[in-house]
Amino acid sequence: MQAIDLRTPHIHLDSSVSLAMRRVLYALVPALIVQTWLFSWGVLINVLFAGLAAVAFEALMLRLRSRPVGSYLADGSVVLTGVLLAMALPPLSPWWMTLIGVGFAVVFGKHLYGGLGYNPFNPAMLGYVLLLICFPLEMTSWVAPRMLLEMNIGVTDALSAIFLGTIHGGTGIDAVTMATPLDSLKVQLGLARTVQEILEKPTFGILGGRGWEFVDLALLGGGLWLIWKRVIGWHIPVAMLGALALVAMIFNLVDPGRYATPLFHVFSGAAMLGAFFIATDPVSACTTPRGRLVFGAGVGILTYIIRTWGGYPDGVAFSVLLMNMAAPTIDYYTQPRVYGHGDKAP
Amino acid sequence: MVATTRKLHHFHGGVHMPGHKEASTRLPVVDAGIPGRIVIALQQHIGAPAEPVVKVGDRVLKGQIIGRASGYVSAPVHASTSGTVTAIEPLPVPHPSGLNIPCVVIETDGEDRWAELQPLEGYPEAEPDLLRARIRDAGIVGLGGAAFPTAVKLTPPADAAIDTLIINGAECEPYISCDDMLMRERPEEVIQGVVIMRRILGVRACIVGLEDNKPEAFQALQAAAAGTGIEVVQIPTIYPTGGEKQLIKVLTGKEVPSRGIPAQIGIVCQNVATAAAVYRAVRFGEPLISRIVTVTGGAVREPRNLDTLIGTPMEHLLDRCDPHLTPEDKLIMGGPMMGIPLRDGSLPTVKATNCLLAATPGDQPNQGQTMPCIRCGECTRVCPVNLLPQQMYWHARAREFDKIQDYNLFDCIECGCCSYVCPSHIPLVQYYRFAKTEIWDQEREKKKADLARRRHEFKQMRIEREKREKAERHKAAAARAAAKTNAGKADAGKAAGGAKTATDADKQAAIQAAMERARAKREAAAQAGAEPKQTANDADA
Repeated sequence: MQAIDLRTPHIHLDSSVSLAMRRVLYALVPALIVQTWLFSWGVLINVLFAGLAAVAFEALMLRLRSRPVGSYLADGSVVLTGVLLAMALPPLSPWWMTLIGVGFAVVFGKHLYGGLGYNPFNPAMLGYVLLLICFPLEMTSWVAPRMLLEMNIGVTDALSAIFLGTIHGGTGIDAVTMATPLDSLKVQLGLARTVQEILEKPTFGILGGRGWEFVDLALLGGGLWLIWKRVIGWHIPVAMLGALALVAMIFNLVDPGRYATPLFHVFSGAAMLGAFFIATDPVSACTTPRGRLVFGAGVGILTYIIRTWGGYPDGVAFSVLLMNMAAPTIDYYTQPRVYGHGDKAP
Repeated sequence: MVATTRKLHHFHGGVHMPGHKEASTRLPVVDAGIPGRIVIALQQHIGAPAEPVVKVGDRVLKGQIIGRASGYVSAPVHASTSGTVTAIEPLPVPHPSGLNIPCVVIETDGEDRWAELQPLEGYPEAEPDLLRARIRDAGIVGLGGAAFPTAVKLTPPADAAIDTLIINGAECEPYISCDDMLMRERPEEVIQGVVIMRRILGVRACIVGLEDNKPEAFQALQAAAAGTGIEVVQIPTIYPTGGEKQLIKVLTGKEVPSRGIPAQIGIVCQNVATAAAVYRAVRFGEPLISRIVTVTGGAVREPRNLDTLIGTPMEHLLDRCDPHLTPEDKLIMGGPMMGIPLRDGSLPTVKATNCLLAATPGDQPNQGQTMPCIRCGECTRVCPVNLLPQQMYWHARAREFDKIQDYNLFDCIECGCCSYVCPSHIPLVQYYRFAKTEIWDQEREKKKADLARRRHEFKQMRIEREKREKAERHKAAAARAAAKTNAGKADAGKAAGGAKTATDADKQAAIQAAMERARAKREAAAQAGAEPKQTANDADA
């Protein structure tokens, strides 16, 4: 027997994967409340359904892969995937769509690559993009915010819309849906209107889309809390929003009639959700400090390009996935200068 | 009092962690006493082990040399109390290798009788070489933990222009307080030791750096240093500021080159306890036979610092501090970050033993289940060397040892900051140690293989050469024989009575010719059949 124990005795800080995941979930709560208030109970129902479905898929996959089900489920990462995906879906999306999205995210996006820590792509965004490609119509049928609606969608209405496909015994869901602000901007610009004319419509508010801006403010608050709690770093959100705003500002200065303001871009679509909650997914993002700046800036610039010239109204999901692909290479070329190497002090 | 205005610098990363040092600084340092049996390892330093100069049955006196330094980077060891040598054999000692090391076992007599010592009066005017020799003979090694022979460190390479002596009093690991107590209780010894080392190195600038969580030590040192020109500086408490490279960066803003030594940037760094030992060795002629050891942790009721004879069993120290160990508790030599976990308390203390931590599970929270790495980057944020710990972890796991070296594995100081903050509780440092060991093994194997290949090639060459020489000898012999035959024939024609000789010569010529033919045939066959082999051999050579 050896005289000493060769294991390192290192003590640990009181932190864990599940604590980090839980904190991200807490940070989403304000936005979830605002989003539910503005866009009907469907939001909350979707989130609960997606969360449960994600846990079920994860348990099944862990079982199939002979991994310890209990402790791995307890890390909370899969609940987060489900919740993030559900918050990006239209509030009255049919249940089977959510199920397909979540299933694809968990099975293909996560476990076929080896589970937590091994997935090169953000699972929630993979699920989202799959649905966007397969069901473009349903994915762009967003419920109008409550201030623009004549009727009030109750819990039963939302349940029936999600699980039966109808509202109020017969009314179609399209009666309460409309194009999203980014979508209508794109369509209206295509009709040769100027940005100023378009933004005067009731769909738009002070910062971004009407109602949407409050969700985005709640997300911003949650995101800042995460940075303060050191769950996420500042690099990716700052780089992503900064790059998006910078590019938007340049084009807006060149031709304000054709290109929306930086403020509008930052407070529209999934920019805020993406900056603090999606692009910051540590598993699939860059890990070096400089790499994270490059990664975030890449997501921001791609988002602007897809929004402005691409075929989709929003581009956050595609941008994140595209930058996920580049992450290992970026990491390789952005290694920090190691102590004692070279003359330059960091 | 001199107000220090030194501009401090930062190193990347580091962590703030609870110090737990108050527990062991409440009581003054006391003598740990003489245990019944002392086990002195012959290798307690980096470098070659000492050679024993005593035999079983010898009576030894306190301070008597029992192991002679066996090389330049080596240090002698001395008996730490008087008694009888009862064994000289390899025994388990607390060493990171986990291997047994030759030890001298002394049955103590309790009399603690000193050998005759040679104090050096007037040491402040002594020649540097004499001072160095005293330090070397006293067996002093770095007491901060690495245990590098001090005399060697005080002999910098001739081309290094040393301008600064830095004294490390940072003591950054949690729980450990032996340097703190030494600085509080014996500041003059520390400062006088620094004065001696400054004289040896011939430098002007001399800085003692200690973390700002030791205000009493700071006060005491400042008072003792008054008028000496030695600068005592408080630095922020961030682990691992006590790392030599980190301390140098904080105090001077300079970085020690990768895989280099501080002397390359004109700096020599020594620990405060080493300085005190230098003073005692020079002033009183006392070899390094004792040191202060912190005994602390939740499993002792009376944590404190003990002045301990080198070779004292850990149990003896524990017993002095009212222990109540349970099976869940762990013994660690050193701190909870870089220490060595011990399997039991029977191991002896060595010169590098600064702390004995009897840790309860409460002292080591969160040793929970290891989860997969989620690449959160916390390790990158805290690495004091600015490495990418998680990348190194992936490559170590995948056994991609070339790639892990691209990420500068060998710059890792194994401080454990990355493991400390890892939310997945991955024992990262263990993976780096594993990778380092594997790479060293591979290099050793490669060297062995290279040597074997060269030997084989040389043997091949020799065989070829001998073959060639043999063939040439044969050819020469044949030519000689042929010449002789021709001469014989001519003779036979002339002399009638030479018939017998001629016949003999004919016979010989016939045999010779047959042999030639056979050899030609053999060679032809070899040429035809073994041509590829021949070529391959040529290529090899």
